[in-house]
Amino acid sequence: MTAPRPSVLVIGAGSTGAATAHDLALRGCAVVVVERGEIASGTTGRNHGLLHSGARYAVKDAESAVECVVERDILARIAPDLLELNGGLFVALNEDDLAYRERFLDACARCGIPTRELTLAQVRDLEPALSSSCLAAVEVPDGVFDSLHLCLAFLATAESNDATVLPYREVEALVIRASSVEGAIVRDRRTGERVTLEADIVVNATGPWADRIAALAGVDVPVAPTAGVMVAVNGRYVDRVINRMAPPADGDIVLPQRRTVVIGTSSWSVADPDAIAIPAEHVALMLERGRALVPRLQEGQTRAVFAAARPLVGRVGGAEAGRELSRTFQCFDHAADGVDGFVTIIGGKTTTARAMAEKVSDVVCAKLGVTAACTTRMVPLRSYRTAYDA
Amino acid sequence: MPDRTIDLRIWRSIGRPGLRPHFDRFTMPVDPERDTLLDLIERTWAALDRTLVFRHACHHASCGTCAIRVDGRERLPCVTTVADVWNGRSPLTLEPLRNFPVVADLAVDPSGLLARMSALHMPYVRTVEPAVRASSGVTRDGDVGAAERFEDCIECGACVSACPVAGGDPDYLGPAVLAAAERLIEAGDINRAARALDMADTDHGVWECRSIWACSAVCPSGVDPAARIMALRRAVLTQSTQTASTERSSEDAPAGATP
Repeated sequence: MTAPRPSVLVIGAGSTGAATAHDLALRGCAVVVVERGEIASGTTGRNHGLLHSGARYAVKDAESAVECVVERDILARIAPDLLELNGGLFVALNEDDLAYRERFLDACARCGIPTRELTLAQVRDLEPALSSSCLAAVEVPDGVFDSLHLCLAFLATAESNDATVLPYREVEALVIRASSVEGAIVRDRRTGERVTLEADIVVNATGPWADRIAALAGVDVPVAPTAGVMVAVNGRYVDRVINRMAPPADGDIVLPQRRTVVIGTSSWSVADPDAIAIPAEHVALMLERGRALVPRLQEGQTRAVFAAARPLVGRVGGAEAGRELSRTFQCFDHAADGVDGFVTIIGGKTTTARAMAEKVSDVVCAKLGVTAACTTRMVPLRSYRTAYDA
Repeated sequence: MPDRTIDLRIWRSIGRPGLRPHFDRFTMPVDPERDTLLDLIERTWAALDRTLVFRHACHHASCGTCAIRVDGRERLPCVTTVADVWNGRSPLTLEPLRNFPVVADLAVDPSGLLARMSALHMPYVRTVEPAVRASSGVTRDGDVGAAERFEDCIECGACVSACPVAGGDPDYLGPAVLAAAERLIEAGDINRAARALDMADTDHGVWECRSIWACSAVCPSGVDPAARIMALRRAVLTQSTQTASTERSSEDAPAGATP
């Protein structure tokens, strides 16, 4: 008789939860994912869709930059059919931007991010709608994806390895016995029925809601929900990700999504990720900054305005906030807080979801005595089109 | 702060034991120019009824998951403002898409549509065509190499819901899949195009379309499925004519001429 497989309950089906379910299922764990709403209906779905080369973070946040460039290459290997790998340009529009170029190129080189300096003729050829004020441009391996489909591909692959995905289940309480989390009581949004799901370990992958789930176990996690506004404009004016060659700031990225472009983003702390009021001035700023990079955006009609809260590692109202917080991620084994069987992962970005999953899965497997190594760097993802199959 | 209010009538359905399908009515403040229907649906869930089930992810018409019917017409609520559809007085009626199994409330199960797209081997990304750039008013000189972009079809199911033929025959391939078949032929991938023609030229394929054009009227992504179905008919006929003439010429060949 074989011993039962170790079981893990993952809370949250955004990119982190989806990738974690995939990783743990490959390592032989019996995985159940619960999500209070729809797949990718929180922060993940509403992100920019920028597959980061890491160049954006190279100067100020080398750790995040290196994570991004490594993960960008891995996603290009395991999910090539879900990505537009057209690259990105970092564009200097004034003397300050030009002065930033050397630091930017040096930092990219240190982080292992390939760069190519383009002539202005090449820039015009590649992206004719770009501002004629462009003084210099550097090409980097940025890309574009749709977050929902990436999550669905992770989950479809997890399901093919016997994971169970349960959307519309909201966690109401954690099952805690002798200072150890052993499952959760979830309420089915459709039936009102409450079910207890037992598990050897519970993973809290709820992004900006992570502190709420952690509080159910009486522990605290330092998550700083930091919102950003994005504006979608009709018309595919560019094929590449257009970034301002300057330290990260508001409205400095314009990228294509199908027949639209999306301008982003801003950054401000929010107390409640479920009630983000979009400031009208942020929308105006996105359009103004976006048009500085791609003037022809003013011809396009605004198609959508949306916002999501990044789950940054830090404290609401802390000394550092917003753009000063690192974009890297952190994993918390709450055994350090006196609660066993409970692990939280926060921070990061969808580009690095696989790496986040590897880290949290390493922690989970060490606790469970599972020795299987992570294989998600090489295993191709299944088609998202199989994710809803019963 | 908006001082106007709006009533939503939202279809509530299976999932809850003993619950008969019915409409629930919700009243809430609205800023018609700024609020999208998805904003209102999400606010209904967040503030008024945590049991409401609906799909949503990208909030900018890229993922295709939120499609519903609004006053009987298929829409993506994420890019439909209240002002786009509201007369300022009557309640708005929100219902799930037709011709799909309902998961609960506004959420339907898209797996049938996705399985047919899989059977076609319809890719998710394609090469950028100059024509699309031209439609944005952006032209360029010279050959700059092929960029990739996502397909226009976001597999939202709006066209399938609007199609009366799909309503009468669950085996009908439907507008999204037939449009995808024509895309594959247009894209010139010989193997995929051959499979697409085989799938289309069947009893439940391209000939079942009754040219109602409802699909093209509701497509939020500019795919124009009806026009593609007409082009697909031409492609199927061209192929069968070629096949027939090949067969005829071999029949006409003089006896003994076969090597």
